[in-house]
Amino acid sequence: MSTTISADDTAPVDTQNLIDLTRTPASMTARDVSAWFGDHKVLERVSIDVKARSVTALIGPSGCGKSTFLRILNRMHELVPSASLAGTVMLDDVDIYRDARSVTQTRREIGMVFQKPNPFPAMSIADNVVAGLHLSGTKPRRGEVDAIVERNLERAGLWNEVKNRLGAAGGSLSGGQQQRLCIARALAVDPRVLLMDEPCSALDPTSTRRIEETIADISDDVTIVIVTHNMQQAQRVSHHCAFFLAAENQPGVIVEADTTETMFTNPQDQRTLDYVHGRFG
Amino acid sequence: MVVATDTPAPDAPAPDEVRSAKPGPAEPRLRIRRFEAADVGALAGSAISAFCLMWLVYVRLTPLSGGVGFAICWYATFIVTYWLVVREQRGALAAKDKVAGVVVATAGIGCLVPLTLVIGYTVWKGWQTFRLSFFTETQEFTGPLSDATDGGAIHAVVGTLEQVAIATVLSVPLGVATALFLNEIRGRFARPVRIVVDAMSATPSILAGLFIYAVIVLQLDWRRDGLAVGLALTVLMLPTVTRTAEVVLRLVPGGLREGALALGGTEWRVTRQVVLPTARTGLVTAILLGIARVVGETAPLIVLNAGAFVMNANPFAGNQEGLPLFIYRYINFPQPARKDAAWTAAFVLIMIVLVLFTAARLIGGRAPVARRAVVRRKQKEPA
Repeated sequence: MSTTISADDTAPVDTQNLIDLTRTPASMTARDVSAWFGDHKVLERVSIDVKARSVTALIGPSGCGKSTFLRILNRMHELVPSASLAGTVMLDDVDIYRDARSVTQTRREIGMVFQKPNPFPAMSIADNVVAGLHLSGTKPRRGEVDAIVERNLERAGLWNEVKNRLGAAGGSLSGGQQQRLCIARALAVDPRVLLMDEPCSALDPTSTRRIEETIADISDDVTIVIVTHNMQQAQRVSHHCAFFLAAENQPGVIVEADTTETMFTNPQDQRTLDYVHGRFG
Repeated sequence: MVVATDTPAPDAPAPDEVRSAKPGPAEPRLRIRRFEAADVGALAGSAISAFCLMWLVYVRLTPLSGGVGFAICWYATFIVTYWLVVREQRGALAAKDKVAGVVVATAGIGCLVPLTLVIGYTVWKGWQTFRLSFFTETQEFTGPLSDATDGGAIHAVVGTLEQVAIATVLSVPLGVATALFLNEIRGRFARPVRIVVDAMSATPSILAGLFIYAVIVLQLDWRRDGLAVGLALTVLMLPTVTRTAEVVLRLVPGGLREGALALGGTEWRVTRQVVLPTARTGLVTAILLGIARVVGETAPLIVLNAGAFVMNANPFAGNQEGLPLFIYRYINFPQPARKDAAWTAAFVLIMIVLVLFTAARLIGGRAPVARRAVVRRKQKEPA
């Protein structure tokens, strides 16, 4: 989807233009991020630059700290009582851990989609989409709700499938639809960054393809960081790639980070080459 | 589409019928879990042979007597016989399985029988003297020699409803708040609080009555009235509501909380908008269990309330009747007609609980209605 600014004023109103322009996609910078669960160190001085309006994939074998790192990016890590961390995480030029801003504000600007679809079962499909607005305390005006529901379901590629049953329970959808509903819900608060933690690992190939299309569609509006175990998926959807690896009983580190093309064709590190070609992990 | 489940299987289907793919007569379904005649035979045969054997041994050969002893011996012999029969037919493993099945089924029926008897006897006995005037009149103009059908117990019904309502209004917010503290906030004090709640749930109900009497009635010099009873019932209801609500809240998947927090929700909003609505049906169950716990409580009423024969709809002043108290006092009358009135009251109490539960299930079990306006407007639009 292109975002070239059209000079043609007579063009029909594009629903995409309704997006709040103050919330532009942001870049993220992590510097020397380490993380612990209790005394167990799981990440060792990880640094990464995530460019705005791009898709960055975090790849690597299980247990190397990708998900932990992702959760550090929007302050979900601290929900685990024993968790602690060190280092700096910047959202554009704001330090999300040190600057005086609320956790909820940070989480609202940096949305998250989880591995397991988690629509709110007590709410209808439409209510699920606007749940984030109510949760973060921005009551949408009465007239706006319908437009918000429609626009975000469109962005998540779900509108055509559910437009006639917006009152149905969110849990009545199939797994792939539920995950796209969660994406719509995350997009409805207009986040500047969207974190996706293995969003397709519980889904069938068709649903996976739909989600990948969705990612491609929204990557102009929001910066995306995606954790995936699927090399083909990383290659298909991402512009940049970071390869995490943890030696046995050692905290995870980033072995290499580069553009996806370089990572898959001409990586600097032998371990990256082995991993992306499925020789271990 | 296919409804005929009990269509008798044709012994040999015609060959062309098998080959045709056309929807013919509904094909007979395999009945995998059928309880076959042989099983019934084995069960009944074992029971009869055990009965005969026991009759011979118990009544003829040994100087034993007594119905209960005979029943126990018969059952033990029946289990052994049944085990031997099935082992002979299908091997030791199947025999163990069958015997375990029979023992569990017996235990289940054994639990159901006294329950059915208690409720059935009460309903049968209460129904005899039940008149609609029971809901319109009081005992103001009845005496020890009145008929069981004279007067009514509307004063007791009103009293019970008010006392239970006071207990519900006080204990539900407290109990749900405590459950939220135990489950969502999980402070350092969660453990001691949980221990206290457990200890409270083991409190004898008469102690709850004495506690309110000593701490509130004597200290504040209140009249013994409906409010005091309501407070005592609150003490009894609180632990039930709290522990049930806690279990129910624990069942809300953590992924929902994370999802809501990741959208930028504060803890309170996440609790109010996601956790509590998700646990709604379970919370209704918690309230129902709490009401069931206290609606029949008699001891606190005896301690705190002298009861009344006349209507007192004001729970804040004067003595107030309650159905359990009514039953307790009338069942102790020497006159059979008064005892019958107590049975009627017991029947009415059971009916009130039934009505309350049904109503709560209908209201609380319904699909959530939050922010439905959005949806209704959407659906009116042409697709």
